[in-house]
Amino acid sequence: MSAVIENHHDDHHHGPAKGITRWLYTTNHKDIGTLYLWFSFAMFLIGGAMAMVIRAELFQPGMQIVEPEFYNQMITLHGLIMIFGGVMPAFVGLANWLVPMMIGAPDMALPRMNNLSFWILPFAFFILLSSLFMEGGAPNFGWTFYAPLSTTYAPPSVTFFIFSVHIMGASSIMGSINVVVTIMNMRAPGVDLMKMPLFVWSWLITAYLLIAVMPVLAGAVTMMLMDIHFGTSFFNAAGGGDPVLFQHIFWFFGHPEVYIMILPAFGIVSHIIETFSRKQLFGYSSMVWAMLSIAILSFVVWAHHMFTVGLPLAAEIFFMWATMLIAVPTGVKVFNWVATMFRGSLTFETPMLFAISFVVLFTIGGLSGLMLAIVPADFQYHDTYFVVAHFHYVLVPGAIFSIMAAVYYWIPKWCGNMYDERLGKLHFWLSFIGVNVTFFPQHFIGLAGMPRRYPDYSLIFADWNMVSSVGAFLFGFSQLLFLFIVIKTVMGGKKATDQVWDGAKGLEWTVASPAPYHTFSTPPKVD
Amino acid sequence: MSGGSYYVPDQSRFPIFMAVSLFLLVMGASSTINNLDDPTSNSVYILYLGFGCLFLTMFFWFRQVIKEHLAGLDSNQLKQSYVYGMAWFIFSEVMFFAAFFGALFYVRTLAVPWLAGEGSKGAYISAIELWPAFESTWPVITTPDQGTAYELADKSMAWPGWDHALKWLPLWNTIVLLSSSVTVHIAHLGLKKGNRKRFNTFLGITVFLALIFVGLQAAEYYEAYAHYGLTLNSGIYGSTFFMLTGFHGFHVMMGGFMLAIMLGRSVFAGHFEEHDHFGFEAASWYWHFVDVVWVMLFLFVYIL
Repeated sequence: MSAVIENHHDDHHHGPAKGITRWLYTTNHKDIGTLYLWFSFAMFLIGGAMAMVIRAELFQPGMQIVEPEFYNQMITLHGLIMIFGGVMPAFVGLANWLVPMMIGAPDMALPRMNNLSFWILPFAFFILLSSLFMEGGAPNFGWTFYAPLSTTYAPPSVTFFIFSVHIMGASSIMGSINVVVTIMNMRAPGVDLMKMPLFVWSWLITAYLLIAVMPVLAGAVTMMLMDIHFGTSFFNAAGGGDPVLFQHIFWFFGHPEVYIMILPAFGIVSHIIETFSRKQLFGYSSMVWAMLSIAILSFVVWAHHMFTVGLPLAAEIFFMWATMLIAVPTGVKVFNWVATMFRGSLTFETPMLFAISFVVLFTIGGLSGLMLAIVPADFQYHDTYFVVAHFHYVLVPGAIFSIMAAVYYWIPKWCGNMYDERLGKLHFWLSFIGVNVTFFPQHFIGLAGMPRRYPDYSLIFADWNMVSSVGAFLFGFSQLLFLFIVIKTVMGGKKATDQVWDGAKGLEWTVASPAPYHTFSTPPKVD
Repeated sequence: MSGGSYYVPDQSRFPIFMAVSLFLLVMGASSTINNLDDPTSNSVYILYLGFGCLFLTMFFWFRQVIKEHLAGLDSNQLKQSYVYGMAWFIFSEVMFFAAFFGALFYVRTLAVPWLAGEGSKGAYISAIELWPAFESTWPVITTPDQGTAYELADKSMAWPGWDHALKWLPLWNTIVLLSSSVTVHIAHLGLKKGNRKRFNTFLGITVFLALIFVGLQAAEYYEAYAHYGLTLNSGIYGSTFFMLTGFHGFHVMMGGFMLAIMLGRSVFAGHFEEHDHFGFEAASWYWHFVDVVWVMLFLFVYIL
């Protein structure tokens, strides 16, 4: 071990190590970012395959493909994998690649812990997925794991689920501490807080939210564990507890969690729209304040997920208005993106297409969220496909489109090659059409009263469900094209310039393409 | 590293070892807990293996960090990263306790009164005559189902009144823990003035007080289980009481262990300088944090 100390002067400025140990032992933020991104892609495909099972079952009314029990396991794992395995690690991967380069830092602040944060994840998801093969099957209580479904009536694999969530949480907390410390401590001289790129800002706020709420989730699953195995009664009214308590604790985590999955997207989209509009971003400081407001408000709106559990009236009214208040800073952001494009010299490369469709489709998801925030209306919409449509609009063409936009936008910097623009556009249009065909009809069947989380449904919902399934297959299989495009770009293609995009601003464009293994060992000069 | 001022370590085996240890730990824990009723189950050895690997990895990892520090590799900027990192870690711990305190406040002010038929929500419970005999008090030592699924405790851990105050363990625990926060601070002041002897003495006293606290807590748990009939199984009072004090006690053990390591480093290896002792300082922050949590516990779990 002392050899490490003696050799460290020689080792730096070498390229990456050879073989598998490069990835197992790495402390390099770019390597770790790559690991996160590939991991999340794998999870995206696994979670997507589960979505295909769900949509295949829902293609027609009646039971055709899977047993209801297995269907429940699919919806549960689909949600958990997409959230904790797909979207979150993808954003952490982007943060790893981009934050140090954007602020002129040599690496993340705590590089070894950074490696640990990543390598916990494959084990955590191995445990979660292995529960599919356990006696009694995988968790089947929905990704929100409400008690008593997840306690009294849970399959034995819930214990594995609980511990898997524990170590995922540890990974998230360590990753977030790393991001916050990097941003607070590693900025090159001249990168003032109010000059930071918006992606960095968005991640500073996201990481703060993660550190605040992941421990609360750990508390919730710990209480579940104790209730199931050690006789406590947190979520059992017979012992003086309350199942609704679970929902309060869960959503105190869960609501900030949904902003964790959208704030980095706001940062990404701001960069891309600015670049392809060839203009200064409109309202930088209001963008920062809007994200801060959204983050703070996210702690006082959790019970809007629980309007129908029998909250006191005063609580319902408070949570309704607090929720609606979030529309204000979100509206500021949408306004700023549109104002940035206004009279810009727009071009529509693939990242820009994804970013613009993010703005439009995320706004649709935001507006259906406002409808759900209205207490009396929510009594009608609660737990219907309208809710499913709502959160898929903010997560798929919201979070996931922003991730795809980010990949197209920065991949030339990562691997030095341009992606195939023609294929990129094809991928965009297939995804765009697929997403809307999948999720827009779900608004209709939801408003008509189709409940979520059932493998069968009334004949009156048959037509739109079939449309939705066709859209889902289109969207799902288009992502194989995305995989192909990414691999093709990594393997070769037109060489990218250092600047890559002529309107792009920021330190990451000042380094070579592909970015050298170590960047900014000496802090750059920033005015 | 040449050119740069910030120390970026080379490839390291520790993180992947730690990830594997955590994997063994949670796999072992899950299968042990799922097989508690099965005496032939060997899962607990996986749990032990995980713990062992975790301890070893942490030992060597921290040793490496200390070595690098003594070799002068870390700049002030890296030290600042540790300072921020520890502060944010403590914040995450605060939020962990917040979940349990939140549960306590919720059941005390809302769930238990409702179950006893109070308020507009309680009216629904009364209307169906679910548990008519249940009355809302805190500490609530009867359960709504009157002990059908749970066991009824005889007595709670609450404030016994001034007459019995001196025989009341939580009071002594409070005195012990608050004093230990003072002694660790005196130790810190001693270190800052370069007074190694005072540092070692008062840090030693702090670790000793930590041991006393854990001992008293164990005595209290024994009392609860053996004489009060108060267990994890005695409804929501027992649940909140044991989970809050239990997690706090666990954190006291971790904090005491950290301080003991710091004491060992100072006594046997002569580590820490007047202006360079963040390892100790981080452990002392953690100790103050544990102390603040206890003050909250004392107020909301024992007194009020």
